[in-house]
Amino acid sequence: MNMHSNGQKHTIGVVVENRPGVLSRVAGLFSGRGFNIECLTVAETIDPGQSRITLVTSGDQQVLEQIVKQLNKLINVIKVIDFREMEFVNREMALIKVRADQQTRAEILRIVDIFRAKVVDVSPHFYTIEVTGDDGKIAAILELLGQLGITEVARTGKVAMARAKKH
Amino acid sequence: MKLKGAQIFFECLQKEGVEVIFGFPGGAVIDIYHELPKYDIRHILVRHEQGAAHMADGYARATGKVGVCLVTSGPGATNTVTGIATAYMDSVPMVIFTGQVPTALIGNDAFQEVDIVGISRPCTKHNYLVKHVDDLATVIKEAFFLARTGRPGPVLVDLPKDVLGAQIEFRYPKKVELKGYRPTLDAHLGQIKRAHQAIKKSKRPVIYAGGGVIIAEAGEELARFAELIQAPVTTTLMGLGSFPAMLEDPTGRKELNPWWLGMLGMHGTFRANMAVSNADLLIAVGARFDDRVTGKVSGFAPKAKIIHVDVDPTSISKNVVVDIPIVGDCKNALQKLIQVCEKEPLEDIEQARSAWMEQIRQWRETYPLAYKQEGDIIKPQYVVEKLYELCNGNAIVTTEVGQNQMWAAQYFHFNKPRTLLTSGGLGTMGYGLPAAIGAQVAFPDRLVIDIAGDGSIQMNIQELITAVCNCLPVKVAILNNRYLGMVRQWQELFYDKNYCATCLDAAPDFVKLADAYGAVGLRATRAEEVEPVIREAFSIKKPVLMEFVVAQEEGVYPMVPAGKNISEMLLV
Ligand SMILES: Cc1ncc(C[n+]2csc(CCOP(=O)(O)OP(=O)(O)O)c2C)c(N)n1
Ligand SMILES: [Mg+2]
Repeated sequence: MNMHSNGQKHTIGVVVENRPGVLSRVAGLFSGRGFNIECLTVAETIDPGQSRITLVTSGDQQVLEQIVKQLNKLINVIKVIDFREMEFVNREMALIKVRADQQTRAEILRIVDIFRAKVVDVSPHFYTIEVTGDDGKIAAILELLGQLGITEVARTGKVAMARAKKH
Repeated sequence: MKLKGAQIFFECLQKEGVEVIFGFPGGAVIDIYHELPKYDIRHILVRHEQGAAHMADGYARATGKVGVCLVTSGPGATNTVTGIATAYMDSVPMVIFTGQVPTALIGNDAFQEVDIVGISRPCTKHNYLVKHVDDLATVIKEAFFLARTGRPGPVLVDLPKDVLGAQIEFRYPKKVELKGYRPTLDAHLGQIKRAHQAIKKSKRPVIYAGGGVIIAEAGEELARFAELIQAPVTTTLMGLGSFPAMLEDPTGRKELNPWWLGMLGMHGTFRANMAVSNADLLIAVGARFDDRVTGKVSGFAPKAKIIHVDVDPTSISKNVVVDIPIVGDCKNALQKLIQVCEKEPLEDIEQARSAWMEQIRQWRETYPLAYKQEGDIIKPQYVVEKLYELCNGNAIVTTEVGQNQMWAAQYFHFNKPRTLLTSGGLGTMGYGLPAAIGAQVAFPDRLVIDIAGDGSIQMNIQELITAVCNCLPVKVAILNNRYLGMVRQWQELFYDKNYCATCLDAAPDFVKLADAYGAVGLRATRAEEVEPVIREAFSIKKPVLMEFVVAQEEGVYPMVPAGKNISEMLLV
């Protein structure tokens, strides 16, 4: 199997026991087997004994299959949610520091407005903007603000959840 | 009553039915050794921690029980890593206890501190650092449970020194609660039925069995299943012994089992590799399509539909895409397959198979495993055949790695499960002697033979003293070709005979070496001496090191060059 194949991106949710070392087991699995991780987030769930990891990986179907199985095989992994099999919503937050001067301020605020983003910090020469959305939205705002001079970006990485059943 | 961590350790081991531990002490585990004399558990003091790990492994493979070893922190722990990885690759149930610096010092680069949980993470089924004595009993219980259930494997438990000294009321948990661990043992009936349909349609089936059959104690089921569907059987190196290679008629005469194809893969038999390459149905049971088995993946069983039974879902469709996956314990799955096949027997089965079996017979006769023993110079294959003959196959055989291992696999006929203990997945030179000692500890009265190479035997030769002082009469048969023979063979075939760094002309005098350790050393340099040396060795109730000075440049054949189809064998 070609572990390095750059197939499509896929989002996987992993519910794990909230214990020391669990994250390194998951990360070690990816590095040890040559699977890609594009991003990874982790935080406690409403059950303090469990954490939820959301990760984005890439590979062909066979690689994806193997990743899901290998995750399931980890003793501390309680559940693997393979979002290939369901509709889901996903969101990411980004903090974007952008140069703001006399000429660009109005433009920045207009973009912030269109994207329903927020200015969370202001200084004489910079705005820091908070934006939440899916991949496409974040890419789009980065593109627009990029033309005005971004100096720093911090992204949370994606979190995802299956859509609730309609009935 | 309150007990110290070190006492709880032994209480737990007793609850788990542990009879023996293989170990080596040090500062971090003195507390445990301090309690050891009070408990009825045998301790085998090794001479190198790698030896302890392989002994626990040999013990586990020979018995099916969990092998246990105990070592100190830092270098003691790192010395076990090769042994742990060896066990992991071959799914051997083991629990490794390592000492650790006191919890307060962890992370401080303390004396003899090493992050063994981090180091061993990729080569254990699971591992633990016990941070509080309250967790100790639960962790030990879980460790044994994980080691022996599902797809077995080594589990490491790291024990900080202060945890061993701390006191607590001892309570052994009644059951294990692991939310994320639910191995699927029960094979899905729908899949079994699909398999049955495929079997009904097949004209040229082959069963390809692996170590999973032995682990699941499913040898009898395998034989019954093969008989029912009248399919020939090949096994991997790890599967040898799961299907009888020889049959005995009522007069006691032995002959090759006609349903037995021999081992497949890189050094498989001609008939096994040809049968797989021409089969229309391949039934893989407890095997994992390792690259040493498949050769070029796209050319493996190209005409066959594939059924794959395995307890580990990650093994299925990992290397080769499978048509009918069956996740489950091999014994459970085989029993169900037998049931459906018995309920609905295949019609005119013998007739249906006759052409296929005739073809296989022809392959066997055209290219049997063969070598020529002529003149004085001893052929290594001859030694293996004589070892088999002179014990009538009644032995537990361990091997080192290299040509010696392949000749053992080809020329010693394995008829029963757990009679060949060999490092298949990792290919660890130095495995054979300590594994033999571990097996001998489990079965003091059986004949245990390590079929060794002159290179490999030197990797854990220090354990000879462990055998001597514990009265463990293992027999080591060194096939001394004065080479790292298997590497030399690759150099011969694929690297212009550039025998760089493979000549072992400078060697110890093995007979004197045996003598120095208090074992018995015997040497055969001519063919006629082989039999007398083996007879003598088998008659001595002490560890014996036999040195057979064999033909220097003998090769292992057939051989499938790396990256080729398994039907493209180099024959002698
Ligand atoms: C620990 C280790 N190091 C290196 C190798 C690579 N290797 C595989 S076979 C072999 C030669 C073994 O020589 P010997 O024990 O004399 O066996 P022979 O092939 O000659 O029978 C070597 C070096 C290995 N398998 N294990
Ligand atoms: Mg050699």
